[in-house]
Amino acid sequence: MAPTLTQPLSDERRLLVNARLVDPANRRDEAGGIAIENGLIADIGPHIKAGTARGSEVHDCKGRIAIPGIVDMQVTTGEPGHEHRETLASASEAAAAGGVTTFCCQPDTDPVIDDIALVDFILRRARDTALVRVQPMAALTKGLGGAEMTELGLLQQAGAVAVTDGRHGVANSLVLRRAMAYARDLDLLIIQNPQDNDLASDGVMHEGEVSMRLGLPGIPAAAEVMMLERDMRLVQLTGARYHAAQISCAPSATVIARAKDLGLPVTCGVSVNHLTLNENDIGPYRTFHKMSPPLRPEDDRQAMVAALADGTIDVVVSSHDPQDPDTKRRPFIEAAYGANGLETLLPAMLSLVHNEDLTLARAVEVLSMAPAKLLGLRAGTLSPGAPADIAIIDPTATWVVSTADMRSRSKNTPFEDRRFEGRVVKTYVAGRVVFQHDGP
Amino acid sequence: MNAENTGPAPILRHQHLLGIEGLSPSEINALLDLADKYVELNRQIDKKQDILRGRTQINLFFEASTRTQSSFELAGKRLGADVMNMSVTSSSVKKGETVVDTAMTLNAMHPDILVVRHHAAGAVELLSQKVRCAVVNGGDGSHEHPTQALLDALTIRRRKGNIQGLTVAICGDILHSRVARSNILLLNALGARVRIIAPTTLLPGAADRLGVEVFTNMESGLEGCDIVMMLRLQLERMNGSYVPSTREYFHLFGLDEEKLALAKPDALVMHPGPINRGIEIDSLVADGLKSVIHEQVEMGVAVRMAVLEALARNLPGGGNG
Repeated sequence: MAPTLTQPLSDERRLLVNARLVDPANRRDEAGGIAIENGLIADIGPHIKAGTARGSEVHDCKGRIAIPGIVDMQVTTGEPGHEHRETLASASEAAAAGGVTTFCCQPDTDPVIDDIALVDFILRRARDTALVRVQPMAALTKGLGGAEMTELGLLQQAGAVAVTDGRHGVANSLVLRRAMAYARDLDLLIIQNPQDNDLASDGVMHEGEVSMRLGLPGIPAAAEVMMLERDMRLVQLTGARYHAAQISCAPSATVIARAKDLGLPVTCGVSVNHLTLNENDIGPYRTFHKMSPPLRPEDDRQAMVAALADGTIDVVVSSHDPQDPDTKRRPFIEAAYGANGLETLLPAMLSLVHNEDLTLARAVEVLSMAPAKLLGLRAGTLSPGAPADIAIIDPTATWVVSTADMRSRSKNTPFEDRRFEGRVVKTYVAGRVVFQHDGP
Repeated sequence: MNAENTGPAPILRHQHLLGIEGLSPSEINALLDLADKYVELNRQIDKKQDILRGRTQINLFFEASTRTQSSFELAGKRLGADVMNMSVTSSSVKKGETVVDTAMTLNAMHPDILVVRHHAAGAVELLSQKVRCAVVNGGDGSHEHPTQALLDALTIRRRKGNIQGLTVAICGDILHSRVARSNILLLNALGARVRIIAPTTLLPGAADRLGVEVFTNMESGLEGCDIVMMLRLQLERMNGSYVPSTREYFHLFGLDEEKLALAKPDALVMHPGPINRGIEIDSLVADGLKSVIHEQVEMGVAVRMAVLEALARNLPGGGNG
């Protein structure tokens, strides 16, 4: 198990009562309460009521839903290097407000997290400044250069939960084959953002009718599918544990489904953006909707939702990528990729639940239990003995996304002015309240 | 012919020694028995023999070598042969002569024994088809290095009495190692249990077809071993291509006292040399009591004398020709 320096235990005892407990890991969906001791869940169930344990502070959940805290596998911060966009501290505040109790920061920082000293730096900064748990991912190749593998064994021992070249898919098949073979010996998870950059070329959005009408260079869906198909061959060759960070189009889901049928150790994720937005949302060149992979046509979005529901897709990420006006208030072609997302991840997922595209249990599973399991983290469940990382959500509260209320240092949300139904009202990490929504 | 009828018995069935592959256990044992005698001879003050008197031995090295070439040179000289060293360096190769042309040129000079090292697997065998003399493979690419395996076997046999039933772990760059291939063949032929230990990036794709146990973790692979055979990791294979870095390699696969403690208490540490201290082996282990690295060098001369003698017996006028 990777060492974690974050979040010392507190010896406070709390009772969360009068909640609807939703815990997919234990197939639990019932009214009840949670007893917290020493930062861990001591007991859970319908028998937990106010007065169950004397000397405990009682929190009345007023019938709202208690879920395991969200584990977000893909969060980019600006620390180190671009702290004006986001620090671990500011990202953790945004995370807490979004019910995210653990996030994995990406290695595409400045300097790149490709050395054990930088993994250690992240863990220490997170311990000293962050409200939630932070698990660093390390680079797969030195300097994200795609040419030489990093010290995978030492990085793993230092606490990296997975290795990835972040936004850069590894293009060189030989480099990836060797890195996969080496990672397999260590049982280390390799995460790839599949996109053939030669084919994607100078494209800035999905290649299709919309890109044609906007006069923007396109990225064909094949750029994603091709690399994913190649990677499946390499997984077959090496036996490495492989996770596609994000897929975005229907053929990619088919590739993953086929690999799973073959019994390959393959999983994949999707960003909440690709579940709830499509290329038409770009409208009049909205740069906040410029992201990688690009937003796809509505058919692909629906295919992503279906693949998530049927288990082809394993996890959902926010793909939080804070950008400032310097990089976003530009012509679409020149604007940076990336969308802010920690605070809107859960509300956007709840919109799928309200549409009955997804059950609440499945939504919670792909946000908490599934990523925790993939990364080997003690998280994502409300089982006794697990860390008391809990989000309390009000599924019906309506609100409008306003950048003024966002905790993230960057405001590049694709959901600005969107009316959501459902929000996080309280977040616990190790039994302590790290976020509380003030208001009705 | 009278001289041939009274000559010593043949040891090898073949004209050349191109690899361990194709040698029978009895041929291997006969070579080792003969080498044993030369170990004793080499420890005497007068080491000179006349078994190869009048014979010409050419050491033809297409790849730089210090210890193998000098070992073959000494072996030939102690047996009374005229020994010539030819280093065909990369600059000479640029002149355009092919291996086959070089072989035919040398053949015209009537050598009796050619010792050849080449960077391409199979090159020594190709050359052997074009000459009339005996050819010894002094290492061809990542294919075979038969005299290294024989000297390793002699070292083990003299220390442990027997090879049958021993557990031998070969650790490191198996993928590129001719030493590993020859040793696996020889040790399997003599009934040892062979393990190979390396990160998957340094293992051949079909490693499990070699008749060995494959480990990707030193700790589990070394447990209960009688012999720990370390391989050299070439510098160009570190730094991100096959392994991430020298420090990570040493951390995970370098033989230090802690890892060696998992092998049997009387385990021997071997290395074909030259060693990379602090990369595949810790100095404390390389220079420690369990190390037989210098003994291997000693056995190398004796084994090569045995090989030269065995091949000379099969030459015309050698008693069995």
